[in-house]
Amino acid sequence: MNLLYQMFPLALGIATPIIICALGGLFSERSGIVNIALEGIMLVGAFFGATASLFLEGSLGDLAPWAGALVGMIAGCLYSLIHAFASVSLKADQTISGAALNMLSTGLTVYLCQIIFGAQRSEQFLERFRRISIPVLKDIPVIGDLLFTNVFPTFYLAVGLAVLTWFVVFKSKFGLHLRSCGEYPQASASMGIHVEKMRYIGVLISGCLGGLAGAIMVLSLDVQFTVFSIHGIGFISMACLIFGKWNPYGCLGAGIFFGFSQVLSNYSGQIPFLNGLPSELFFALPYLLTIAALLLFSRKSVGPKASGEIYDSGKR
Amino acid sequence: MKNKSTLTISLLAIVLGILVGVLIMIATGQNPIALFNALLRGATGIDLMRGTGVNLRYLGEFIVQSMPLILTGLSVAFAYRTGLFNIGAEGQFMVGGCAAISVAILFPMPPVIHMIVAVLAGALAGALWGFLPGFLKSKFNLHEVVICIMMNYIGMYANNYIIVHLPGSTTTITANAPQTASLSSEFLRSITNHSRLNWGIIFLIIAVLAYWFIIEKTSFGYSLRATGFNKDGAQYAGMKVNRNIVYSMMIAGALAGLAGAISVLGTFNYGRVLSAFESYGFDGIAVALTGACNVIGIVLSGLLFGLLKVAQPLLQIVGTPKEIGEIISASIVLFVAMQYGIRIVLNHFKTRKKENRTIDTDQTVSKEGVKS
Repeated sequence: MNLLYQMFPLALGIATPIIICALGGLFSERSGIVNIALEGIMLVGAFFGATASLFLEGSLGDLAPWAGALVGMIAGCLYSLIHAFASVSLKADQTISGAALNMLSTGLTVYLCQIIFGAQRSEQFLERFRRISIPVLKDIPVIGDLLFTNVFPTFYLAVGLAVLTWFVVFKSKFGLHLRSCGEYPQASASMGIHVEKMRYIGVLISGCLGGLAGAIMVLSLDVQFTVFSIHGIGFISMACLIFGKWNPYGCLGAGIFFGFSQVLSNYSGQIPFLNGLPSELFFALPYLLTIAALLLFSRKSVGPKASGEIYDSGKR
Repeated sequence: MKNKSTLTISLLAIVLGILVGVLIMIATGQNPIALFNALLRGATGIDLMRGTGVNLRYLGEFIVQSMPLILTGLSVAFAYRTGLFNIGAEGQFMVGGCAAISVAILFPMPPVIHMIVAVLAGALAGALWGFLPGFLKSKFNLHEVVICIMMNYIGMYANNYIIVHLPGSTTTITANAPQTASLSSEFLRSITNHSRLNWGIIFLIIAVLAYWFIIEKTSFGYSLRATGFNKDGAQYAGMKVNRNIVYSMMIAGALAGLAGAISVLGTFNYGRVLSAFESYGFDGIAVALTGACNVIGIVLSGLLFGLLKVAQPLLQIVGTPKEIGEIISASIVLFVAMQYGIRIVLNHFKTRKKENRTIDTDQTVSKEGVKS
């Protein structure tokens, strides 16, 4: 049990960016645009977030990471504008455009690092997100130790965003319009919904959340920005979105679970029945499980139907 | 006519990509001439800034860098011709390299045979990694892109697990491949002034010819292309669409696996634990799309992206951040992806030219042409 208490805060730390980024992917996919650029968007968000935080450390003190997160969010939003422009306005293949943005992100961020910091990485930052314990709640037995002790405040932000996303996507008029564009855009257009506008909004929100997730990731789990700062978490978020069946609460659960499987690799040596298993297996676990989940879901259609399809207003 | 316009788009995308790179360099206070100098030096060894002459070692290294890119480009293109997007070339590349070095180290064999068996093992492993996305696509209609992304990571961690467990491995690299399995060639080395040019080039030439032959000259290739053009149409014509999808992904995987094998047994001579992707597979997407999935186009664009890769360290030496090469490659892909927009702009100019010549407005004619 002690081990579990040790692992849980770490798992939640990794789960936070996974959840936020997966929620971003949810907005994009629900509007009908596949966003495999999430990894790249996170990297861009991480770079600008870390850089902004570094420059603001002197004046803002421990608020600097929050300002960095905001800057990362804006940077991610602007970066995703390229994806929106290519795949909505220019009807580009969404996978190719996303793959191109992923390639561009590594080059661009490290290039800017070299220009700004004169090295392939940023300087180390002094201010990072700090783990906190919530006063009264942490005394609740079991749950207090698991969820309210030594946790990054950003985790609660992620939970809040999941609830907000659920409300916006499933309970509001905007969400209904957004989802309709991802299911049957021609029908939405006939009802007077501006499909291209909704898809732009979907992709831009995913850019905001992806950038935010990237900035949070580097500012809570790393000491400086490097090209390895994101190391595949953007793709895990995509897996998380699928595993969570394109549902915000599903993403929340899947995100915590995937965060756990990342941490498990470090601890597997101490757990008797996992002792013999290679640590690589735990790193690969989210991906293996996602393939398995896709197989299970394959009979039922759970994802947005028109996701990935180029919108053609004349199609019946 | 169609070929001509795709060629125009590829060339325009390349020019625009380089332009983006130059603009970024100017905006960040770098000298763009360094870029062109590095490109020239990377291909030939000629350095205009320092005045050095032709050095064949640079040419050799340039070809060595281009070889895996051409192969992963062929891999992505082969799947693309069948209407599939093989974003999994990255993973297939890694398992290919891993299988090749494993066979090289674990199973001693006589020279030449050992080399061929090891390389083929790499291609086979790649084919296996391509089989699963293809199979799941044909059987359960799961999107190959998502499965491929997952397979990339599974491939990387599988590679890392196997590499450290081979006999003689350290925690980061394996022992050197035995002479019998190595692709390195004294002859090729000597004619290119001690570059790492190796026998992998033979496999590359065979793969290029095989790609051209299968796609263009066989009925199998024809049915693959038909599947890519119109899946339902091909099905109606009695082609085995589902089988084609699986075969296409397997052949694509084999090509990427081959790239991994010749990279490990030729360029490095040992297997490595990877902490992140090396981007050969993703560059393959760039190569395939810029080359418009045409065999000559792929070879040429593979050389272009290889050149951008060898130019990177040369840029870094003169103080220019080497990532400008990556920015240019990615921008080129982005512009190729945006070809619909480029076509609109091109057509706009064309119709304006025509309008000047004739009184008849071509626009109404072309609109009617679309309707009918």
